[in-house]
Amino acid sequence: MSDLADIAPSGTFAQAGSRPSIRPRGLGLVAQVLPWLVAAGILVAAPLVFTSGTALTMMSLMGIMVVFSLSYNMLLGQTGLLSFGHAVYYGLGAFFTVHAMNVVAANRLPVPLPVMPLVGGLAGLAFGILFGLISTRRAGTVFAMISLGIAELVASGSHILHSFFGGEEGITANRTKMLRLFDVSFGPQIQVYYLIAAWCLICALAMYAITRTPLGRLCNAVRENPERVEFLGYEPQTIRVTAFCLSALFAGVAGALAAINFEIANSAYLGVHQSGVVLLATFIGGIGTFIGPVVGAVVVTLLQVSLSDLTEIWQLYFGLLFIAIVMFAPGGIAGLALMHGPLLRAGTAHRLVPAYLLALGPFLLLLAGTIALIEMAFRVLVKASDGTEMTLAGISFDAAHVLPWLVAGAMAAGGALALRAVLPRVAAAWHDASEAAKEKLA
Amino acid sequence: MLELVIVSTLNGVLYGMLLFLMASGLTLIFSMMGVLNFAHASFYMLGAFFGYQISKFTGFWVGLVAAPVVVGGIGALVERYGLRNVHRHGHVPELLFTFGLAYVIEEVVQMVWGKLPVDYRVPAILDFPAFTVFGTNYPAYKLFMLVISVAIFIALLAVLTRTRVGLIIQAALTHPNMVAMLGHDVPKVFMLVFGVGTGLAAVAGVIAGPALVTQANMAGLLGPILFVVVVVGGLGSLTGAFAASLLIGLVQTFAISLDVSVASVLQAAGIDAAPSGGVLGDLWTVTIAQIGPIIPYLLLVIVLIARPTGLLGNREA
Repeated sequence: MSDLADIAPSGTFAQAGSRPSIRPRGLGLVAQVLPWLVAAGILVAAPLVFTSGTALTMMSLMGIMVVFSLSYNMLLGQTGLLSFGHAVYYGLGAFFTVHAMNVVAANRLPVPLPVMPLVGGLAGLAFGILFGLISTRRAGTVFAMISLGIAELVASGSHILHSFFGGEEGITANRTKMLRLFDVSFGPQIQVYYLIAAWCLICALAMYAITRTPLGRLCNAVRENPERVEFLGYEPQTIRVTAFCLSALFAGVAGALAAINFEIANSAYLGVHQSGVVLLATFIGGIGTFIGPVVGAVVVTLLQVSLSDLTEIWQLYFGLLFIAIVMFAPGGIAGLALMHGPLLRAGTAHRLVPAYLLALGPFLLLLAGTIALIEMAFRVLVKASDGTEMTLAGISFDAAHVLPWLVAGAMAAGGALALRAVLPRVAAAWHDASEAAKEKLA
Repeated sequence: MLELVIVSTLNGVLYGMLLFLMASGLTLIFSMMGVLNFAHASFYMLGAFFGYQISKFTGFWVGLVAAPVVVGGIGALVERYGLRNVHRHGHVPELLFTFGLAYVIEEVVQMVWGKLPVDYRVPAILDFPAFTVFGTNYPAYKLFMLVISVAIFIALLAVLTRTRVGLIIQAALTHPNMVAMLGHDVPKVFMLVFGVGTGLAAVAGVIAGPALVTQANMAGLLGPILFVVVVVGGLGSLTGAFAASLLIGLVQTFAISLDVSVASVLQAAGIDAAPSGGVLGDLWTVTIAQIGPIIPYLLLVIVLIARPTGLLGNREA
């Protein structure tokens, strides 16, 4: 798993010659607190800007996904453990929360809704300890396979233990039947949004703080070189277990937030598909940085909601995007963006603009051509009974004719060829800009 | 009882051989590239759907030959233009690439053939009962599946151990640099093995398609089992994969036919003390047939904890 080091941006930063230490020390505190104040500001202000019900629902989903992806990256990005079963802790957190909510409501216990995610977190932690102890003895493929096995075990087990998991229909709860503080009922979505936002911020802060502790550093060390960590007198398995349990805890909180948001928990929550979604989201965002999973969660939720309105085959685009990221930008979206950091600081980033503009045309052409081809294939193969006339980007045509296929094919092929011709120039511009940046910073 | 044992053994061996058809390719690919191909079961699914599509036009037999060739070709292209490029980023991105590929293939299959099962029929020439055991007709098609799987197994073994190509492949698995020094094109060997491996998975798909259900979720159902087979058998070990395939095949088939639960066993012993409900009640009344699907995963977790190299493997997963 040491090859994750290639993805981590530290290497890129070092190559570009940035030196974080040249920043004045006095600015340190402000620089550290400022991003969090901005994040809190965004969370508070977002519902005032995007007031529609859909936007509110989507932002609630984003908040949940951010916590879930960040918890996943504690494993994959920071400790180098590739898990295919992270949704187990998310789902179990959700189920325990729903049951706890029902118990509280039935017995009129004096417990308000905002503390319920703690139940999910504790459930995640408990199962994290149980499964973490047996799965973290080794990293790498063994860990990945055990996580897959446990995921399948729990997912199949959820169908057998009918009384706890509620079978197909799941278990429902009513979030408004809890103890009310300050007359907040948590009936309207806006109140739930602020609950999720608050927990999202708390969890993100906690997870960021963990990366700054010696434990966080040791996690990185275990990812890079477990043998050397052993020589330093630490037990790699203990560190892995600790990271695993903490990550399961936050996944449980995310699951609890989902349970509160939807007022239901069903077996899809802990299924393999959910584990896949969090892996995709985290990797698309970028596993090398703390902000990466946040970006990934936001982008993926946005895609899930908006693309599913636009096209029925959005999951295909989702998968293709993932493959493209793995192949061409293993640092994810955040990795791509942060690559430019040193150049921006050195003031040489503007040299890239002409090359980027040059590449933008062919790229968009390739994208448009590919999308047109996929959509036409979908229309002809699946929707042929509804007629082959279709509308794309405001242009109506008949997908049964040859002409649209020729046009789309030519667009895709032309875009690809032009992009291939332009890429060396982008590479040259990049080289030029980073060399200049090195000279300036040196 | 004897009826159950004989029929289940036959079915179990058959299922095990089908598993081995896929596991052999998967484990060869792992030995070479050190990466578990998440999309391997997707190529099996592609084989089934291509076989179905081709058989609609030309009949089953052309499909049996053509579909694996096409799928093997696709596999080789995936290796050449996908995996080989991702390889320089390391093993995790490689694994994730195949993971994404499995996702995309499932979506494409759903897009083209829909989510419902397609009507992939057993060819008429094989649609008769081969023999009768204890009043149960055993279909000839299942025997045909068994014969094909065993024949491919023997052919694969012969090619790998007796031919020049097989020896070069074996050498390239362990000493790729040395083989390259001797003037062989190792990347081409890798591409070939990837193509043949995915082609074998497609053969399994074509012959299993009519007997099982040809549906867009068949890769998702079988993929994890396939991992269990290669990991339990020992990554990179063909004999291990063979043993584990048969083991899992037999265990799953026997489990399905055992309608026994804790409650029924106790009842037979004259004890009637079942907990009234709750989680314990669920556990009390669940039958072995119901937990059949999770036995392989239980086996996987136990084997990996006790013996991370797998049953017959000599390298750590």
